[in-house]
Amino acid sequence: MSERKPILGGSPIRKEGRAKVLGAAKYIDDQELPDMWFGATVRSSIARGTIRSITFSPEINWEEFAIVRASDIPGENTIVHLTKDHPCLAANEVNHPEEPILLLAHPDKTALIAAVRGVKIEYDELPGVFTIEESETAVENNDVERIIWPGSDQGGTANCFKTYLMYSGDAKETEDGLATAFENADFIVEGEYHTGAQEQLYIENNGVIAECFRDATGGIESLCVRGSMQCPYYLVHALTLVFNLPEDKCRVIQVETGGAFGGKEDFPSLIGSHAALLAMKCGHPVKITYDRAEDMAATTKRHPSRTRHRTAVSKDGKLLGGTIDVAIDGGAYATLSPVVLSRATIHAPGPYKWPHVRVKAKAMATNIPPHGAFRGFGAPQSLFGLERHMDKIAKTIGLTPEEFRRRNFLATGDCTATGQPLVEPVDMQGLLTRALREAGYHEKLARFAEENKTSSIKRGVGFASFMHGTGFTGSGERRLNSLVYLDVREDGRPEILVSSTEFGQGTNTILSQVAAQTLNLPYESIVVSPVDTSIVPNSGPTVASRTAMIVGKLVERASLQMLTLLRNEEKLPEAHTPEEFKAAALAYRAKHGSLRCSVRYEPPAKIYWDDELYRGDAYPGYAWAVYVAEVAVDMNTYMATCTRFDALQEVGMVMHPVLAKGQIEGGVAQGIGYALYEKCMWKDGRMMNNQMTNYIMPTSADLPPIHVHFEEVPSIHGPGGAKGIGELPMDGPAPAILNAIENATGVAFNTIPLLPEDIFERFTSFTDPELGGTEDMDPAVDRDTRVESAEVSA
Amino acid sequence: MSVIQFSVNGKRESIDVPPMKRLLDVLREDLHLTGTKEGCGEGECGACAILFDGELVNSCLVPALQANGARLCTIEGVSTEGHLHPIQQCFLEKGGAQCGICTPGMILATHHLLDKYPNPTMAQIQEGLAGNLCRCTGYMRIFESVQQAAQQANELTAKS
Ligand code: FES
Ligand code: FES
Repeated sequence: MSERKPILGGSPIRKEGRAKVLGAAKYIDDQELPDMWFGATVRSSIARGTIRSITFSPEINWEEFAIVRASDIPGENTIVHLTKDHPCLAANEVNHPEEPILLLAHPDKTALIAAVRGVKIEYDELPGVFTIEESETAVENNDVERIIWPGSDQGGTANCFKTYLMYSGDAKETEDGLATAFENADFIVEGEYHTGAQEQLYIENNGVIAECFRDATGGIESLCVRGSMQCPYYLVHALTLVFNLPEDKCRVIQVETGGAFGGKEDFPSLIGSHAALLAMKCGHPVKITYDRAEDMAATTKRHPSRTRHRTAVSKDGKLLGGTIDVAIDGGAYATLSPVVLSRATIHAPGPYKWPHVRVKAKAMATNIPPHGAFRGFGAPQSLFGLERHMDKIAKTIGLTPEEFRRRNFLATGDCTATGQPLVEPVDMQGLLTRALREAGYHEKLARFAEENKTSSIKRGVGFASFMHGTGFTGSGERRLNSLVYLDVREDGRPEILVSSTEFGQGTNTILSQVAAQTLNLPYESIVVSPVDTSIVPNSGPTVASRTAMIVGKLVERASLQMLTLLRNEEKLPEAHTPEEFKAAALAYRAKHGSLRCSVRYEPPAKIYWDDELYRGDAYPGYAWAVYVAEVAVDMNTYMATCTRFDALQEVGMVMHPVLAKGQIEGGVAQGIGYALYEKCMWKDGRMMNNQMTNYIMPTSADLPPIHVHFEEVPSIHGPGGAKGIGELPMDGPAPAILNAIENATGVAFNTIPLLPEDIFERFTSFTDPELGGTEDMDPAVDRDTRVESAEVSA
Repeated sequence: MSVIQFSVNGKRESIDVPPMKRLLDVLREDLHLTGTKEGCGEGECGACAILFDGELVNSCLVPALQANGARLCTIEGVSTEGHLHPIQQCFLEKGGAQCGICTPGMILATHHLLDKYPNPTMAQIQEGLAGNLCRCTGYMRIFESVQQAAQQANELTAKS
């Protein structure tokens, strides 16, 4: 047997890394096709209204342009997600600022700027709603003028895209249990928590190039769209509807993608359809790339949210019961909001044992560009509320945040709030112990308390404990029915064919590691096919932290299948050398013309999920984590800074330590931005700071040292015992940081982003913040939360 | 239009372009050097960073005219005949590139930083790269890449 170092768990060089460091990787804007034209979008200047007229400035020679309106769409005027409420181009009414109305194409990119300005659109304006509360109020008051979304036969009611009602047990029994819990509680603690929208800010903006091919009679024969994206088959699906074409006539190619984070999950369906419409109209390939201002103003962001908690607790610090109400702002169309809301709902109770819990969740419509998928997908929102609330409960009942959590953690064998038994080992106690030790938490807690007495810089430590489900919710993976191929090419090298995309997270690398490890071949010998839907099968979208675990497992199974095949058919020896493998594979190819193993998803264990009751096995697996933040708040400038960050997680076996660390650090950095830097300013539904100059993401000078720690516990679900990792690091930083700020200043802030002006406003709203020291501030006077009765009886 | 002459990656170029055309577009469109990226077009992200007479500049802010007579270096000029520069090798090994869109600018910023401070402190690295935004990495792997590149360069000079 040729013994080789294990490939999984090593850190081989990123597959496409060389091209990237050379500057040779070709992103969409680096590509052009012969006779290519450029496209631009004419967008709505108002938030809501009907289009009265569209006129074209006489100063422009419109003959030179291709113009596409809603009426030119050959199929359905819809971008399909879950409901068909989202038009490809607004026909009569607009529902958010920057809504696409008209498309223009021209051979000269520079001619488009004046042309876009040369289209005058007049509207009859209608009143809009711009916050969750305004949207709710319209429903409560039955204010028909402000019912901006009518409901749909695919679900949803006026102004509300989706609701969930999730109980920790039978509905009636849980309600009764909750009633008793609140009656018997020693403490009832309430709180309200808000999170803002967050801009994706991938450094490469959205962009695509589309081609439209005609048949002999001039009809549309087929389409080809290439671009920056996560989910090529989503775009295939979108095109089939917009053009009324079968799937095999809609070819989509993902090219090198410069960051995505969820922002290129569903949005490419829109820009891809737009470019294809222009290509149809002008008969040339058409490229649309947004500039930064357009990308920020018009594309999807993280859903703003509001989470309300009401919790019954015993005086020995046990959770007796709780109600959690989550509301997210979905923007003007349903898009993916129901799914984002689902993840927010399932993650809302966190890693705790609740004897009785009820989660009510809703996604409201507003006249804002639709919010969409963004790393974490609803979980960062509801976990922010939960982990701030846990600190609040601890403070109210007089326990430390640590001790209170310890008394309520889920453990192996317990059931989650959806009734899923935790069969695989879970050790939140151990994770907490280690995370606090790694961060020097206890020592700092004592030291900062002492130093803060005499310093105008208040320092503090805080943490958050949480989990993130990996893969699609419930029966989602079964429905996706993902397929992967493993081929051996003419040159004898194995090639992985999947629709899973690389956009920096390391898909190409880890899937190659899995194949190399399983086939017992060198990592370098594995090839990953370009993601072109005319060659790769649908292995599902590249979202939901599912690629490593779900698709990785399929690649592992395909590799095993290939070995078995070659052992049976070509007498490949048990302990083969790479040369023997190649010889056997080529011999097989010579006989059969090709060598392909294809594998479909099968749940590795029994997965039971009830979509009606929202109960059962919510996710195949969970990653568990405790994140610790250290902060400093300068009481002169009101600037809060994160000064050190420790992220400990259990994500199964780590497949590639360098990539894994990079994923966690990148997520933590986005989380720190979410908490302390990144604020979307809105005016009547329009993002006002849609530039990198005034929307501030952390630079290299802003971030603290981020220490990443792993606890490795093999999982049965992923290849080599791995679980998903991509979204987890987005969940913990914001609550950990705000918990640390409360520890530092004694004041509870419950809204993110938290910028210096927010801290300033809060402190100056107290008559004299220096009087008696800010540590003495009573949480009962906290403006952000409503404590009706912090203590019912003691 | 005006004729502008400069050198890019050691090669002399003479092109006829509108004088106010952005140097970034001249590089990408006229010279097909697409390794230089556009992230914002307003001098904020550093994706378009190049070396201009040895200084790090954002090429999206420079009108072509200004490059007349200048010596430019883009990412394509960092490697030699397909051999990675040690900085590139370190980015590759240490995970300094994820999606890779910020990487060309980041590598040129590192180049510039190490010219100025062959032994940079962490604060100098953080400061030196603060004009280059990266949304993927959280910068930690990039810092390690820079440190390793500095260390290797110093070992080399010590030997010679
Ligand atoms: S594109 Fe030049 S700084 Fe961003
Ligand atoms: S690696 Fe993606 S922006 Fe830096």
